[in-house]
Amino acid sequence: MMRVAEKAKSEGNIKIVEDATCTFCGCLCDDMVLTVDVDAKKITKAKNACVLGKALFLNYEEEDRPFALIGGKEATTAEAVEEAAQILANARFPIIYGMSDTTCETQRKAVGLMDMLGGTIDSTTSVCHGPTGMALQGVGESTATLGEIKNRADLVIYWGGNPAESLPRHFARYAVTAKGMYTPNRKKDRTIVNIDVRHTKSVPVADIFIQVKPGADFELLWALRALVKNRHVDPNIEKKTGVSMKTMKDLVERMKNCRYGVLFFGMGLTMTRGRHFNSAAILSLGSDLNEYTHFIATPMRGHGNVTGADTVVAWQTGYPFGVNFSRGYPKFNPGEFTATDMFVRGDADAGLILASDPGSNFTQAAVDHMKKIPMIVLDPKYTHTAKLARVAFTTAHYGINVPGTAYRSDGVPIELRTCLDSKYPSDEEVITAIYRRVEQLLIAKKRSKGANNKRQKAA
Amino acid sequence: MDKTMILVPGRTTKQGVGLIDSKFKKDYREATTTVEINVEDMARLGLEDGCKVKLRSADGVVTVKCTGRRTEDLPPGLMFIAYGPPTSKLMGKDTAASGMPLSKHLEVELKRVS
Ligand code: SF4
Repeated sequence: MMRVAEKAKSEGNIKIVEDATCTFCGCLCDDMVLTVDVDAKKITKAKNACVLGKALFLNYEEEDRPFALIGGKEATTAEAVEEAAQILANARFPIIYGMSDTTCETQRKAVGLMDMLGGTIDSTTSVCHGPTGMALQGVGESTATLGEIKNRADLVIYWGGNPAESLPRHFARYAVTAKGMYTPNRKKDRTIVNIDVRHTKSVPVADIFIQVKPGADFELLWALRALVKNRHVDPNIEKKTGVSMKTMKDLVERMKNCRYGVLFFGMGLTMTRGRHFNSAAILSLGSDLNEYTHFIATPMRGHGNVTGADTVVAWQTGYPFGVNFSRGYPKFNPGEFTATDMFVRGDADAGLILASDPGSNFTQAAVDHMKKIPMIVLDPKYTHTAKLARVAFTTAHYGINVPGTAYRSDGVPIELRTCLDSKYPSDEEVITAIYRRVEQLLIAKKRSKGANNKRQKAA
Repeated sequence: MDKTMILVPGRTTKQGVGLIDSKFKKDYREATTTVEINVEDMARLGLEDGCKVKLRSADGVVTVKCTGRRTEDLPPGLMFIAYGPPTSKLMGKDTAASGMPLSKHLEVELKRVS
């Protein structure tokens, strides 16, 4: 396991850890200053954290839970590894799902495990920006780091997302009130636009709010693309989208004439009618605008290391999520090899859930199937999924107890600094142990199959 | 009286803080079982703040508490609720070959229960 040099000062039982990273959301703020009471095993202050970051750090306590549960009964980690390995080695169509709240080092091991098993690997991306992952393979993306956006963007458009509540420091660190090299006057140097179906808590920071009718994002995006290219747009579009032609034309002029523009988009586009078509439309609008100025279109990602999951699965298999290995090589097919579909259709005969809780956030039909098959869960907390699992491991918290790498939502890797030890193993340690045992079981299976074949031939 | 409305689930600060603490505790449960409804819709449907309503989608049915929001914040016909177990029950199961069930633009029938 990679260790990052601790940047900590200690005085008695109080330790100050500087430049720690909050892993709660995709902002992955790496400027946390944590005050830690080592004896009490508590974080008492989290300077620079937002309300969600504070909740993450200040509520942290190592729950006194069994290391593992098998069928609801207390077990050791070793016993649970054996049970989990038996389940996976004997499954015909297993799936690993989750991965957005663990380190890249763990994600990489999880891909290796499924590669060996010939199963499926999918991350929470499939139910967040999966449609964007599909769209960008078709239309590409004009992208940048959040640092570049902070320094240069003078037009910032938020579309279908509510960062004030889901990525609370997005405004202050990157895009609205942040001081940049070419935006020294912060918000005064930027025009902020918010496009949404409702007036969210993100709207008050915007200079312009455009309320689009629910389910009409694609039509609005396509009309804007046409206007950017000086094509005729039927005025009846106003009725469909709820946005006047005057407002659309004003926005187009602002987009064409800004120095550096950015479209940040959220799940208001990916989770609604149109899904990957919406993502493709906004990515294309961003690209189109580069004929006139510099423009970026980039998704806002929720979970701390969901971008890491896409990145790791992509560099290992060539695809970002929904990957199956049953043919001996990776195949990408959303709708077939994505977790919701595999559970709803009843395809999966075993599941390993890594740092996620589909038992609480998946559709009921998927949860009903999870209850019927042997499930394995790794999580620091007791979750709805742990409740229905055959094997539940308690693991240490990444970013608090476990070091490693996580990717910020713009694809920048951040090293995680730990502040407290844990008696529980890391996700990586558990996945590695399962991998080793599954490998032994598969070799033994192969050998006994070979011996059987020989016996049959001899007879 | 039944009424078909569009339900938009999403993130809220309360729900986020609640899930960090525990999904089994009261704060999280409360944050994820309160639906925001436009005040004009509430008046028309004879609903008051705090009364219980049944939401039924093509895939499930849940009972939640309601609270009013001004028309400037939430247009008529639209409702908002924080993500949580109730929204999962209402979510579609068909992903239209995308892996993503429709989760933000749910057509639901609303009925007062208390
Ligand atoms: S914005 Fe996100 S990463 Fe930053 S402190 Fe808040 S929850 Fe943590």
